Amino acid sequence: MKHRITLALAGLMLMGMIMASAVQLAAADGEGLRIPKVVEAGSALSIPTSAAGKAVLYIVSPAQVLRRNVEPGEAIVIEPGALHNAGHYLALLISQGATDKAEFNVVAARQPASVNFLAKPSRLPVSRPDGISGVAYVFDVFRNLVLEPTPVSFQLSDSAGVTQTRSVATHNGVGWSKMNSAPKAGAAQFQVSVGSVAEKRVVQQVPGDPCNLKMSGQRSGQRMILETAPVRDCSGNAVSDGTIITFTQTYNGRSEATVDVPLKRDVARTEMPARDGAVISVATGVVLGNEIRVGAQR
Amino acid sequence: MRGWLLALTIVVVTAVLIAAGTLWPIQTAIAMASPRSTSNSSSPQGAAQALLQEVRRRNWNAAYAALANKSEFPETDFIRDLTGSYTSLRSYASLEGFDLSPLRSSADEAKFRANLNWSSVVGTFQDVRELRVVKEGDRWQVVWPINREPKIPPQVIPVNYLRWDVIYRGAEDDWGAQDVESPHVRIVAMHPVDRGGGTIILGELLNEDVVPAFVTVKATLLAKDGSAIATEDSFENISHVLLPKQVTPFRIDFQKARLSQVDNVRIEPSSTLVAASADPVIGIESQKLNPLPTTSLSGQLVNQSGQVVNITHILGTFYDNRGQIIWVSDGYADRALLPQTPVAFSLPYPADLADKINNYRVVTSTFSVGRFQ
Repeated sequence: MKHRITLALAGLMLMGMIMASAVQLAAADGEGLRIPKVVEAGSALSIPTSAAGKAVLYIVSPAQVLRRNVEPGEAIVIEPGALHNAGHYLALLISQGATDKAEFNVVAARQPASVNFLAKPSRLPVSRPDGISGVAYVFDVFRNLVLEPTPVSFQLSDSAGVTQTRSVATHNGVGWSKMNSAPKAGAAQFQVSVGSVAEKRVVQQVPGDPCNLKMSGQRSGQRMILETAPVRDCSGNAVSDGTIITFTQTYNGRSEATVDVPLKRDVARTEMPARDGAVISVATGVVLGNEIRVGAQR
Repeated sequence: MRGWLLALTIVVVTAVLIAAGTLWPIQTAIAMASPRSTSNSSSPQGAAQALLQEVRRRNWNAAYAALANKSEFPETDFIRDLTGSYTSLRSYASLEGFDLSPLRSSADEAKFRANLNWSSVVGTFQDVRELRVVKEGDRWQVVWPINREPKIPPQVIPVNYLRWDVIYRGAEDDWGAQDVESPHVRIVAMHPVDRGGGTIILGELLNEDVVPAFVTVKATLLAKDGSAIATEDSFENISHVLLPKQVTPFRIDFQKARLSQVDNVRIEPSSTLVAASADPVIGIESQKLNPLPTTSLSGQLVNQSGQVVNITHILGTFYDNRGQIIWVSDGYADRALLPQTPVAFSLPYPADLADKINNYRVVTSTFSVGRFQ
């Protein structure tokens, strides 16, 4: 613990000294340090110096600090990968009696190395225009957001093999697009490609509300055997198994029997008491189906 | 000085209460204290009381021995009648109290209506039995109205089980990796009512997704200046697990907030994707409204699946002639639901709504021992 506190204090003192030197010697800005104003992350850097004696170079940014000893007359070499965090940097060359200062920016490498892909929603009904959105964040190999406009391609392939493609350029490192959900239910592969990098998500396209809900009934002694026709949505997709179908029997306008039945293999099947004159109706959610009057079908 | 006065008051009040309890004990206290001294078989009422006191103590041997018709059934059937053959609310319920109403009596026979009040973890439930008491020699004995649970013949009931299992995102997934979407639910009806000096929010919630949802509904009453008066949730007056396209009623009680103070109501339904099973299917049959004085909606639950349902929560939604919700009531079946075997249920509703109720709808949610849902 004591060791950590000592290190932290030493670090603070070092930063303080560097900043104080920078303020004091602002007038000498860039006179002895010639650094490009823009450096690509991860690239090597050679900084010529004119220091007469031994000196120390500090390169400081919010994300990292580098320290290099400088021999008289030698150029300072920053090896590839050493400067890898994009951002604004301050370089200070401190020698006996003089301090040189320079500022420069490290930008992300041009070559995308990874992409973070947000695909929403993970599940939606079929035939929804612009229902699926994809957002891609493009990063270089050092996980710096690539701010330069970069072409991004979104591809949505549904279960029938139909593919929608959209190509956009990133803006401040982010590219986005919207896609339509297909009329056919099933898992769609949603892929984003940036150069040779690709990321994939699965979007489940599920059937919509049931269309033309119909049932039939057959009397079996004192019971009515009720069964729906295969339940489909308006695009012809089979409604998901497990969807609740409600059968209600009313007599003189009042409910006498109710049963919630889950769809299994596209149909719902149940039985109810057979009372002459009773009306049996079928519904699911807020969708109503047909009615059967016990004794005569309509 | 003030401490002495308080101590003296406590002592006096305690003494008064002990004296009152000793001189005018309630029936339950009589049963617990010295049942044999106050209830005996020398009178029909005493015999019935003695029997129910033994039941209360779960002293099955003594209760069975006191019956007049024990030759008609074994003791195990008697115990099953009172505690249920399968695990159910009855299995863990205790007879909290009872009262006997004489129906008729003669020199050698009497009849009583026994209201048995059972207490369970989800509240109390009533069991009404008509007890016939007959004179055997110089003793009165109860002819127990045995209620035998039907036995299901051994058979195979084919069921295509359907259930949903969920794989959630892992902790190591990056922030771009999507998680499974929460189910989409929607409030399809909402009606605040002023009742008993408080406010009650009644409504219905629909799972409009294709996956099962665990749902809750929270309501906040807002005053004219937008400030929150109170916040409550539906707790047990809702069916928490909703299958796709299933509708549940909900009721949220605000006992200390008057509707006249309320300017707006903020309803917040929430849903979580859960693993669930589509079975068992419970049919609700023979529904009917029972008039005053005991206003209730009664009917029968029929388990259309092949497994035993141990606990059944029943929710009733009551509508007026415009189709608006005017009440939501809930209750539990005290017995397990055996396959294809009707079990009676009753849901009470306020007597003042008897003339307004035009229609109703009953839904159930179930729990089976050894299964997730």
